[in-house]
Amino acid sequence: MASLALPSFPLDNRRVVGILFLAPALIYILLLVGFPFLLAIAFGFSDVTVGNTDLSFVGLRNFEAVWENDIFRQVFATTIRFTLISQVFILLFANILAIIFTQEFTGKWFARFIFILPWATPVSLAMIGWLWMLDTKYSPIDYLLLQTGFLGPGGHLSNDRNLFWLASPDLAQISVIFVQVWRMTPLATVILMAGLSSIPTDILDQAEVDGSRFMRTLLMIKLPLILPIMVIALLFSMITMFGDMTVVYVLTRGGPVDYTRVLGLYSFQVGIEGGNLAQGAAISLFAFPLLLAMAIFMLRAASRAEVR
Amino acid sequence: MAALTWILSNFWALLVIALVLLVGLRIAWRIHKYGATRAEFSHILRRSPFYIVVLVFCFFAVSPFLIMFLHTFKTDGDLYRRPQPFIFRQEPTIEHLDALFNNTAYLDFIRNSIVVGVAVVIITLVLSLPAAYALARLTGRWGERAGILMFLVYLLPPTLLFIPMFRIVVLLGLKDSPLALIVVYPTFTVPFSMWLLQGFFKAVPPELEEAALVDGYNRVEAFLRVVLPLSLPGIISTVVFTFTLTLHEFIYGLVFIADTRQRTLSVGVPTELILGDVYFWQPLLAAALIIAIPVGLAYNLFLDSLVQGFTMGAVKG
Repeated sequence: MASLALPSFPLDNRRVVGILFLAPALIYILLLVGFPFLLAIAFGFSDVTVGNTDLSFVGLRNFEAVWENDIFRQVFATTIRFTLISQVFILLFANILAIIFTQEFTGKWFARFIFILPWATPVSLAMIGWLWMLDTKYSPIDYLLLQTGFLGPGGHLSNDRNLFWLASPDLAQISVIFVQVWRMTPLATVILMAGLSSIPTDILDQAEVDGSRFMRTLLMIKLPLILPIMVIALLFSMITMFGDMTVVYVLTRGGPVDYTRVLGLYSFQVGIEGGNLAQGAAISLFAFPLLLAMAIFMLRAASRAEVR
Repeated sequence: MAALTWILSNFWALLVIALVLLVGLRIAWRIHKYGATRAEFSHILRRSPFYIVVLVFCFFAVSPFLIMFLHTFKTDGDLYRRPQPFIFRQEPTIEHLDALFNNTAYLDFIRNSIVVGVAVVIITLVLSLPAAYALARLTGRWGERAGILMFLVYLLPPTLLFIPMFRIVVLLGLKDSPLALIVVYPTFTVPFSMWLLQGFFKAVPPELEEAALVDGYNRVEAFLRVVLPLSLPGIISTVVFTFTLTLHEFIYGLVFIADTRQRTLSVGVPTELILGDVYFWQPLLAAALIIAIPVGLAYNLFLDSLVQGFTMGAVKG
């Protein structure tokens, strides 16, 4: 009991230890997130570029310029559209998969490994696979469609031998949304699995005793109970997707023309590639109020939906 | 090599045979166990749509990875001669794997990713272990608020912060150095792992710590000697997921580091293995697959633990 000899009194105090334990992490985060965040706002109100580093105040000029820019408006609308459309499919598939993977079945371990791969693979690397799958000339999907008579002379979809997935405006947008659903469904599924496995077993046992069948238990008991978790899953995947630029960076670079350009990519292209840090910062700042509103609204909804 | 050639040449046939064999064996085993009764057959029939749904989802998830695998071994002639992406017309080759490891910076990317990942994991643990414990046990109301703040910070996407971060990195003289990533990555790994760890710490029965306190340990000792050893499985899974978060990160890596040899995997592979309009497809696809498989296995191995931590953190948060 060497420690008794030490002035151990402060270390016995919950409060003191709590502050001591929490402080380093809080300070690190506040310094390295808070400061850049304030800097982003300062950049937004300045005329900083890569070449000109002094921050002179220009008021709302950047924001006005960005807001009146037609490309920005289109980019903003595209980002919102992609995010909303993909969420519908993500939630649908994630619910089905979460129900599947909270049951026992043969080959579950291997099936789970396969279904988790899209999420486990670093996004930019997974996108290389899709870049090939959707290639203009060599797409394996096109090959299958060609063999089944959907493509090629007299084909149902097109007389061409290829669909040009990433080169035609509509298909490029569909491709990006599909790939986003493909890679983000596992994350939502895992969150929903956490919800499903936290349902107290006595509730389910009681339902079984009362003669409730699978679908009835699912619709009347399980889904309402995991509603708050579903909102959290939605929040996670919406915010991840809203801030993502990796998928479009690798797949399309925003093309064809501007059809798949999203906010993050646009801010990167203007701020870093174009060297206009101030406008780049202003562009990404437009995302902030929306993200904050989304987070607050969803967290509120989640805590209100809590059954307890 | 001969075995590889044989497997690759008969890939689809082997896949189908393996699947049929597995299903057959499983059914045979059930019939052996429960007898060839009418009830048993109707059970198998009722169950089969479930497995078909699983198979369909699996097929969607895995298709690009199957293509990656097959194309890794294709010769240029075989790859670019339309139209035949699924079977080998020419003898499979490993020359592209050879090229990937010997003629590109792939090994540098792997090394950089490991250095960054390990350093970030260490920083993250040092900061988040005590902080998560404080949130789980020590602080009351204000700790809860700090926790929600952390959660909100985690939700700030890198696309919002990379421009000012870039300026700070340049000012600190860290541009083009993996050190920049080591300093910046904890901004999202710390909130993430705090949230997860908090869940694991809450799962430790408080009575054990109280017993330790009665035995003369102070709070810090109780944390180090009782809570930490008991939460080891949770801590290990936090380490795994923190490491893979750093492996996934793309935007900071792309913006902070322009020097090829200093880049990490997620940025290096898609930017450096493509020269202008020339895509080195086989090495590219191989490079992606080689990383995907071990990370996928790690995720699967630690998934239950992640789900548990998430449940405790979120549901009882």
